[in-house]
Amino acid sequence: MVIRMDATPSGLTVWLSGELDHHSARSLREQVDAAVVRSSATVLRLDFSGVTFMDSSGIGLIMGRYRLLQSRGGKLLVVGVSDRLLRVMKLAGLERLPVWETAPVDTKKKQGVTRK
Amino acid sequence: MKKPMNEMKVTFPSRSANEGFARAAVAAFLSQLDPAVDELADLRTAVSEAVTNCIVHAYRDEIGMITIHMKLYADGRTVIKIRDRGCGIDNVDKAMEPLFTTGGDDRSGLGFSVMESFTDRLRVSSHIGKGTVVTMEKYIAVRHRQARVV
Ligand SMILES: Nc1ncnc2c1ncn2[C@@H]1O[C@H](COP(=O)(O)OP(=O)(O)OP(=O)(O)O)[C@@H](O)[C@H]1O
Ligand SMILES: [Mg+2]
Repeated sequence: MVIRMDATPSGLTVWLSGELDHHSARSLREQVDAAVVRSSATVLRLDFSGVTFMDSSGIGLIMGRYRLLQSRGGKLLVVGVSDRLLRVMKLAGLERLPVWETAPVDTKKKQGVTRK
Repeated sequence: MKKPMNEMKVTFPSRSANEGFARAAVAAFLSQLDPAVDELADLRTAVSEAVTNCIVHAYRDEIGMITIHMKLYADGRTVIKIRDRGCGIDNVDKAMEPLFTTGGDDRSGLGFSVMESFTDRLRVSSHIGKGTVVTMEKYIAVRHRQARVV
């Protein structure tokens, strides 16, 4: 899993790409959490448009970052989720979490990095 | 019960780098059935959950061996057994409940729910101190039957 980060005054954006499992989630979590603390960002955008696989470890990652941002008085945003990933996220009821910029509807678009 | 038309067995240590290997091995073996994209993705996800559980829970503080035994039947039925010789599960029914976890903050307790919804059948048998066997079945739609070697 490769990640790219961009910290701006409006928040921290993290682009994920590759396979998100328990193996890759560990270092991902450490890097993201360190960057959140370092940048004192109040908005964390996790961009999943490059993620080709995700299992329940991804759910744990999102829930954990959601709680981290909440405890800092900030907000987590989840963007670029494919239909496939949404299927896994829905098992956890993540579509009801206030982390979506736009409602998570099943779209057919899969590729393409969403940028601000 | 009919004999499988093909089968494979793979054994590897419970290192997290092997989660990706397990998914790839199962996908490569399944490719002879020419599965649909969703069927393949479903099985990859279910296998990832079962193997991750062996790594995270069964062999929590040790490295042990994990075996995947996969059988393909002529009617498209695919049976995957994932076995560990780790700590075992004390109450399987409880462990399989959605959101139940002994794993702490990073785990959501949804692994068994994922396996259940992404396969057609899930069975778990476990003995404390002896280990766990997770058996999953999924029907892969037969789309090119004439291309099959039986
Ligand atoms: N192979 C195993 N050996 C021992 N215990 C297991 C095994 N698989 C599952 N368990 C137990 O069952 C519980 C539920 O497993 P499940 O995969 O549903 O959730 P989780 O692994 O805790 O979280 P998630 O899979 O969402 O990251 C685990 O927390 C663990 O206690
Ligand atoms: Mg699990």
